[in-house]
Amino acid sequence: MDKSMKDAVQKIVIKHGVGKEFLLPILKEVQKLNKYHYIPQDVSQYMAKYMGIHESEVYEVISFYAEFSEVPRGENVIKVCDSTVCKVNDNEELIGLLEDVLGIGMGETSENKKFSLEFSPCFGACDIAPAIRINGEVFGNLNKERLEEILQYYKEGPHEKNS
Amino acid sequence: MKRIVSFITENFEKEVLESFEISSGLLRASNMTEDEIIEEISLSGLKGRGGAAYPTGKKLAQSAVFKSDVKYLICNADEGEPGTFKDRDLLKYDALGVFEGMVISALAVRATDGILYLREEYSFLIDELENILSQMRSKKILGHNILDTGLNFDISIFSGAGAYICGEGTSLIESIEGKPGRPRNKPPYTKEQGLFMKPTLLNNVETYAAINAIMKNGYEEFIKYGTEKSPGTKLISLCGNVNSPGTYEIPFGVTLKEIIEKIGNGVKNERNVKFVQIGGISGPLILGKNLDIPFTYEDFDKIDVSMGSGAILVVDDQTDILDFLDAVQAFFKHESCGKCTPCREGNRQLLNVLARMRKGIETESDIVNIERIAKTMKYASFCGLGQTAPTALLSAIKNCPEEIFRRGEQHA
Amino acid sequence: MRNIKLTIDNQVVVVPEGTTILEAAKKVNIKIPTLCHHPDQKIKANCRICLVETGDDNLDTACSTFVREGMKVNTKSKLVRETQLGVLELILANHDQDCLKCVRNGHCELQDLCEKFSISRDDIEIIPPHDIVIDSKAMDLLNPAIVRDYSKCIKCNRCVEVCREVQDASILAGAFRSTDYTVQPAYGKTLSQTLCTYCGQCAVVCPVGAIYEKSEIQQVWDAIDNPNLHVVVQVAPAVRISIGEEFGFKPGTAVTGKTVSALRRLGFDQVFDTNFTADLTIIEEGYELIDRISNHKTLPMITSCSPGWINYMEGFFPEVIDHVSTCKSPQQMFGTLSKTYYSKTRGIHPSKIYSVSIMPCTAKKFEAKRDEMMTNGIPDVDAVLTTRELAKLIKTAGIDFANLKDEEFDNPFGITTGAAAIFGATGGVMEAALRTVYEVLTDKELPEINFYDVRGMEGIKESSVKIGDLEVKIAVAHGLSNARKLMEQVKDGKSPYHFIEIMSCLGGCIGGGGQPICTEKCIKDQRISGIYYMDQNMPIRKSHENPYIQKLYEDFLVEPNSHVAHELLHTHYSARHL
Repeated sequence: MDKSMKDAVQKIVIKHGVGKEFLLPILKEVQKLNKYHYIPQDVSQYMAKYMGIHESEVYEVISFYAEFSEVPRGENVIKVCDSTVCKVNDNEELIGLLEDVLGIGMGETSENKKFSLEFSPCFGACDIAPAIRINGEVFGNLNKERLEEILQYYKEGPHEKNS
Repeated sequence: MKRIVSFITENFEKEVLESFEISSGLLRASNMTEDEIIEEISLSGLKGRGGAAYPTGKKLAQSAVFKSDVKYLICNADEGEPGTFKDRDLLKYDALGVFEGMVISALAVRATDGILYLREEYSFLIDELENILSQMRSKKILGHNILDTGLNFDISIFSGAGAYICGEGTSLIESIEGKPGRPRNKPPYTKEQGLFMKPTLLNNVETYAAINAIMKNGYEEFIKYGTEKSPGTKLISLCGNVNSPGTYEIPFGVTLKEIIEKIGNGVKNERNVKFVQIGGISGPLILGKNLDIPFTYEDFDKIDVSMGSGAILVVDDQTDILDFLDAVQAFFKHESCGKCTPCREGNRQLLNVLARMRKGIETESDIVNIERIAKTMKYASFCGLGQTAPTALLSAIKNCPEEIFRRGEQHA
Repeated sequence: MRNIKLTIDNQVVVVPEGTTILEAAKKVNIKIPTLCHHPDQKIKANCRICLVETGDDNLDTACSTFVREGMKVNTKSKLVRETQLGVLELILANHDQDCLKCVRNGHCELQDLCEKFSISRDDIEIIPPHDIVIDSKAMDLLNPAIVRDYSKCIKCNRCVEVCREVQDASILAGAFRSTDYTVQPAYGKTLSQTLCTYCGQCAVVCPVGAIYEKSEIQQVWDAIDNPNLHVVVQVAPAVRISIGEEFGFKPGTAVTGKTVSALRRLGFDQVFDTNFTADLTIIEEGYELIDRISNHKTLPMITSCSPGWINYMEGFFPEVIDHVSTCKSPQQMFGTLSKTYYSKTRGIHPSKIYSVSIMPCTAKKFEAKRDEMMTNGIPDVDAVLTTRELAKLIKTAGIDFANLKDEEFDNPFGITTGAAAIFGATGGVMEAALRTVYEVLTDKELPEINFYDVRGMEGIKESSVKIGDLEVKIAVAHGLSNARKLMEQVKDGKSPYHFIEIMSCLGGCIGGGGQPICTEKCIKDQRISGIYYMDQNMPIRKSHENPYIQKLYEDFLVEPNSHVAHELLHTHYSARHL
């Protein structure tokens, strides 16, 4: 872990405060320091020490919430809702399409680390089901053409929209 | 956005910032005593819109009892219930109304610190919400001595991190305190010792929006809608195999059939309704042949159905019920916090049994045990999540056993 | 406080407000089944086995529900029975049921429940109906002290509470959620990759076989069986007061003579007493304190005999290393002597001596394996058995412990004092040290030998003793979260004390991680009473009056803190980093 990362973590902690009650907002920002959407172990260890919190308590939080990851993901994380509403709206076709276009299966990250495909519980886009979420941005009412268009957009470069 | 009535959703089509003005409801409340505000809400018959349907006036009155230098007032926008998105639309189209409802409630219970707990999935709303809050501060309806009432109250936004369980009040509080969102033992009760062990009032987004609308128009206007036992209006999230899914405000008393046909413009591809699931994924199933039931608390009570958040998921006859139930249980397996045995282990075992049933290889004991497991979860789980996780399954076993117990028949 | 009247199974009960249904039921002789409940811990209500019916079609957990006026509780309705059984089956459905091979066979709270509920595999209604596939992390066997068997864990969270709140180590986390929910160190590390103190308190509170000491029983049998080895054994002060519980004696009953007798029957060549080196520790530590005070060296001085504390200190408070007495623990002093002094006097080469210790402690296993505790690559103590392991050994050998005749320890490490006896209880080392330091410094007899201020279960005890012209300020802490409070002061240079005793576990060694299961506070109290009763009845109650200690210095160690004493009986510490 280099000094610039330590400084960045310190800055985030100081901005929010050192108390345990700032753990969620701090972790959210710390995760954003990494373009692969995860919190490396050394970073969370450093953060815990700096905040005077036991590592186990930080880890409990990281491992509990879906937003946080302890393993690297793709630069663009595509979450596919697999809850009931998207299921009854034929999300399986969508999943097949995503897997075909990206060349990876659900739960996998592409070799060039550009994309990860993850299942997600409902993110509240049932009125436009089936829906996906890319780096936090929701896309719904998807068909083949629209999906390809969206993926092309993300393929072209790193995007951090709304993430 | 299509509405049948617009009591709560009056501002949905206005451009928020252009029309920014202090709500007459808030102005009215600022000239009332705490008791008068609570009385007004009590008379409206408003019940909590998050799902528990506890009378809001009573809740405010109970909260008002606890005096404290710091008192939290939380708006629960952790709308994680699959099939529910009305709170998203309230915050998207009329967040001001929600925030004003919070300020009115703060006046009633003398709260000091407001928190909007926004689910991570709705983070895209944050910038706009912060914008509205700062507008409110500049109009002095947030901050020091609001409208000369002596109330000091501000609202901050807390962003969740992806956990359905945090919709449960004490889990939400644990989450704000920087811990995993696992439910707490009661007592102590939230109203007395909630967030950071201070008195805390917690309500759903729609409840605050309704409080604002009621204060604006008077409870008399509210109770003109609905039925005697279910006065007023309710927001529904209509979704699934309907032609026009969306958030709608309806008066209580409309039947499910009318909702699907008139509001939802019927089932997609003119198929038949197999069942609807009420109140989200934790709700029961009502079969397509029983849709003449009016959408009211009392009519739902009669058939042992909880309205929950007001989600209505319409499922057509193409869907296999075992596949559906599998998706339901998979959701709960993903979202259980793991704290208590029935919920943690029950979902695991239910999914095992369902997998065998979907393959048509279930055993005699599976057939006996699926209901035993579900009932154990219902009666023994620590919190509402585990208690309602088997609701859909149990209602399916009760209402259409022939669709579930098809031993030896290959499907899925 | 207001009284509440309610009925439980139609029996009227009147209890004070704030009583749980579980406690109220006990008053009318109803034992509601529990699993996550522990009398010394917070209400958890997560196992859900203690459900009772409190209203129509409504169940509540008896451990967490407080009585209400007019409440009607039913503890055995059909709904209650069926739901409790359902919960139990769900626990079993992801629990490795190799009970016959489990360390806790016969001492398991889950097993007891299965018996109570007549769980039978012939029943069609059993969850799951198929062969159980346990979904859990692999076992952690990578340290010398504690084993974690994740396939047994029922997620009751007792260990997390004790690790976090009592011991302030917070090694264990409730990681992930739902079916992945696992009580484990951060990032799924092994205990050896953490700052675990190996205090073993997690093992003592575990209701099942998910956490236990790493057994060295087989190594000990092998040594006994090996004709080329001379096997000596030492027994710690706190073992004789607790091991009787494993054989039906009341807690707090000293069974010293029977323990000695059993060890001889097991085949140990010599049975010695750790109390002897406890006396020796007092001499060395006492003189170290006198030296530190007289020569204005680093103060306060902190005791070093609790290895859980030493591990904690090296991991969490390395700043205080210079404050910690350099004395080895009694176990290790004994180990060293067994392979030097004893080896010499008996003419047996150290490599032929196998030194075993019986300890109330799991951290002692770790201590014995430390590099500093080796001489020429040979460990000073070869194997450490916990109180529980010794009980098993005795049972395996078919020894009828309860009816054994009392026997005496062997010499030269057999004569001991009351000062050594009280090492087993919190405050004991402090009291023993004061008895010696006072008399050495003043050359006068102690007016009052009992230091009541430092006894008992209060977490931090303070006192001061006038020794000559000096007012010696002392403090005693047990449980590492209490230790932490004193160490924060030491770290900040604000500690007002001259001498601090720290014991890792609540109650001291009588509450150690290797003690019989069911080490609840009320049992600890009885063990402590037993310890002081022993002290009171000892002919010699001061370490420096032990004639064999005096002889040891004459023959071998020259004088307290001599060069040879330093070489053999003292050690050093270093910060532990992750």
